Amino acid sequence: MALIEVQNVTKIYPLGDVPLVALDSISLSVENGEFISIMGPSGSGKSTFMNILGCLDKPTNGSYLLDGCDVSTLNRDELSEIRNSKIGFVFQGFNLLRRTSALENVELPLLYSGTPSTERRARASAALDTVGLAGREGHYSNQLSGGQQQRVAIARAIVNRAPIIFADEPTGNLDTKTSAEIMELFLQLNADSNITIILVTHEPDIAAYSKRIVRFLDGRIVSDEKAAQS
Amino acid sequence: MINVPSTVRIAIKSLTVNKMRSALTMLGIIIGVGAVITMLAVGTGARQRISEQISSIGSNLLIILPGSTTSGGVRMGSGTQPTLSLADAESILKECQSVAYAAPVHNGTAQVVYGSLNWSTAVVGTTPAMLEVRDWPVSAGRPFTDDDVKSATKTALLGQTVVSNLFGSDDPIGKIIRIKNIPFTVIGVLDTKGQSPQGQDQDDTIYIPVTTAQKKLFGSSFPGMVRTIMVKAKSPDVISDAERQIVQLLRQRHRIAAKQDDDFTVRNLTQIMQTAEQSTKVMTLLLGAIASVSLIVGGIGIMNIMLVSVTERTREIGIRMAVGAKTWDIRLQFLVEALTLSIIGGITGIIIGISGALILSAIAGWPTTVSVLSILTAFSFSGLVGIFFGFYPAYKASLLNPIDALRYE
Repeated sequence: MALIEVQNVTKIYPLGDVPLVALDSISLSVENGEFISIMGPSGSGKSTFMNILGCLDKPTNGSYLLDGCDVSTLNRDELSEIRNSKIGFVFQGFNLLRRTSALENVELPLLYSGTPSTERRARASAALDTVGLAGREGHYSNQLSGGQQQRVAIARAIVNRAPIIFADEPTGNLDTKTSAEIMELFLQLNADSNITIILVTHEPDIAAYSKRIVRFLDGRIVSDEKAAQS
Repeated sequence: MINVPSTVRIAIKSLTVNKMRSALTMLGIIIGVGAVITMLAVGTGARQRISEQISSIGSNLLIILPGSTTSGGVRMGSGTQPTLSLADAESILKECQSVAYAAPVHNGTAQVVYGSLNWSTAVVGTTPAMLEVRDWPVSAGRPFTDDDVKSATKTALLGQTVVSNLFGSDDPIGKIIRIKNIPFTVIGVLDTKGQSPQGQDQDDTIYIPVTTAQKKLFGSSFPGMVRTIMVKAKSPDVISDAERQIVQLLRQRHRIAAKQDDDFTVRNLTQIMQTAEQSTKVMTLLLGAIASVSLIVGGIGIMNIMLVSVTERTREIGIRMAVGAKTWDIRLQFLVEALTLSIIGGITGIIIGISGALILSAIAGWPTTVSVLSILTAFSFSGLVGIFFGFYPAYKASLLNPIDALRYE
């Protein structure tokens, strides 16, 4: 069974007289261990789709099975639990807590899953090690470079052993060299830990790292193809 | 699952990030709690002083004054007509069930001489019952007895002020003093009593047997008459019973017809003092209420800051929600922050309040009493203020939409 099974998902925003159809009957299925890029111009509905996949938002219509569980019927707190255990987020703006050390940022998901403090620390340290930030546990987010901050965010995404990472323009704020390093890290996580990675981007050379590219336009999927080089 | 120790840690951490703001927010609670404690201490202190004064004039006390004379249509005021006698006092004690002691008083002012020193003081002719009525023990020597009264001996009990003015540090017992040139033997010294509620020095007095006062010192044209009778009721509950019994008895003894006015007045001093105590109680409540207003204002300050904090940290809330914080995780975080502010403020306020009360006592000389109850009340009240005013911001934070919160700039 597929890890993500989306059937006829529609999202409509009630904006004034004419409702805005952000997603128009989308169906998509993602297998465990895939590395997908979602591309499309602004307003094409890719971010809305990501929010629904990431359990941050609910579809107006349609069904969404995540790991065999129908999440379209869950309430706020149940969605929080799903996000905590199954999903890791990486954002364009890093979204780390300010005035908080790298270690504490990475510990955050474990805090909400009720992990005891010694285990929390050990796992957060290990996750920082995985993303190549060993020894920087005590650094505050404003003392780290953009690339390092994004690595902390990735460590936070993998610390609770979530099977999926959603990355929304993860290289949008980074220079080309750092972008490449971050993408290599995603590739490594995908290959070594079999983590499913779903990436939203509008840069073709970033999308080129993935194995499958899904293109959005006006709330619909216009193409879904295996990437050439992998 | 909510992790309480981590939630507390997160709350304290975010408070220390904005130290100045946290301190100023706490200041509202500090002032509120401090004011409540100081005000209650002032009120309680005043009340205690009044209670002490009540017990210093003697508890359950009734004073019977003679009636007024009317001469040529001019009424002369109470006490001008000598209508009370020694026999009245004896009969009150015998006939009125609610009366424990009755002491006749025949007094005046006289010059007292010992050696080369002299002093003018209030000389009170009375019976041994007086010491019981006034709850006034003898600190040295012996009190005079019924025999002294019966045989009108020239014996005297001195108040402390008289002792210090006539004898200095000498022992007065057994010495001879002259009152209006009549020699009296000092047989005892009265204990220190202090000020009366009216501010008079109660220790500036000499007690002598009432018979001696009548016959030798303040002779009157009406032999056997006394100026006042002081009565002690058996308990506070029967003071008004005693008053009624005395009025009934004296009307009968003085042969007053049903329609005539009393030729005496019964005064209930305890009642007057109790009224004073009651009014201080009201004042204490009032002061406490005014101080509570500042505590509530402090609470609103906490709410204000927490609302600002929630808006400022919208993105943080979004991040926490994205990684799995549930409604109550967020709510508890902000509630604990508000509670921490109010509890630390409360503890500091208690310290400030107690110091304030001590400083007031030292500088203004007001009696203050900090009660444990007022500390507990102020502290739990500040905690409640924290929960009450912290809940709305916490509630607001927990209802944020994670997507909007994450995008918030």
